[in-house]
Amino acid sequence: MSALMEAGAARDGGGGPGSAHPGSHPHGAHGTFRSYMTGFVLSVILTAIPFWLVMGNVLNDTFMTGIIIMALAAVQIVVHMIYFLHMNTKSEGGWTFLALVFTLTLVVITLVGSIWVMYHLDQNMMPMSPHEALQRP
Amino acid sequence: MHELTAPPGATAPVEYEEEHGHGDGGTLLGFWLYLMSDCLIFAVLFATFGVLGRNYAAGPSGADLFDLRLVAVNTGLLLLSSITYGFAMLEMDKDRIDATLKWLAITGLFGAGFLSIELYEFAHLFHEGATPQRSAFLSSFFTLVGTHGLHVTFGTIWLVTLMVQVRRYGLIAENRRRLMCLSMFWHFLDVVWIGVFTFVYLMGAMR
Repeated sequence: MSALMEAGAARDGGGGPGSAHPGSHPHGAHGTFRSYMTGFVLSVILTAIPFWLVMGNVLNDTFMTGIIIMALAAVQIVVHMIYFLHMNTKSEGGWTFLALVFTLTLVVITLVGSIWVMYHLDQNMMPMSPHEALQRP
Repeated sequence: MHELTAPPGATAPVEYEEEHGHGDGGTLLGFWLYLMSDCLIFAVLFATFGVLGRNYAAGPSGADLFDLRLVAVNTGLLLLSSITYGFAMLEMDKDRIDATLKWLAITGLFGAGFLSIELYEFAHLFHEGATPQRSAFLSSFFTLVGTHGLHVTFGTIWLVTLMVQVRRYGLIAENRRRLMCLSMFWHFLDVVWIGVFTFVYLMGAMR
């Protein structure tokens, strides 16, 4: 019993002031200076390109520009997840990753479903002029 | 721990210790789950904006209203605040209270700058008659961007609160846990902002 308590006390002491070692945070909630800077530089590049594309009207093609900036945003979200939020499949025994996958599933259903359904609803409605819409009972 | 053989009757303490071996009693996992539910709120608001975002009701569109230079500055401020919060966490790991507080203060200033520019932008829109009541596009725009702004506001208040806590009690285990929760919250808001500036501002300004 005393051995157990000693072991527990030793581990609790690991997180105390004056002993900064990564072992006190087994879930790896922190990055290193290098990983933060990598994430920051990547984010700056991935932010600058879409703003440059849109503000400079570089491609002269709204549809293509839209696709490209959405793709860059998706990449930047992944960069933030890995380098700033320290997302991996191991932390908290994989539960954070599982929650993330579940949430992303719901997000995709919500976004794609809403836009898809409402777009078709809009198309299938009987056309109505603004004047008719105002006169509607 | 596995090489220790617990005597009979000591099983309950062993499980208790095992539970705490995962870290902060599950607080970080719980906070992550909160962030995921917050993510769903933003997903619904993004979906609403996606559906209503082109219904201008003969009012101004995004191309008429948005000043992308302001949005670029705001994006830069939020990105810088993310990296400075990261530096605060690195200093926290080294148990340097003053350096941690310094980086937290810089993060807070960036957050306040972001909020100031956003409020200036909103005031400018209101001045031009682009209020939430004007069109479905503006209703969904103000709801989505305003919700994000409210999150940043509360994040900044939380940050100031934690700076007071760290100054008064030092980098104790509780304050470390709180700082890690705020770290996730702050970086999460930056992730949401990526969606906002891409989907709302850049796509809106192109139409």
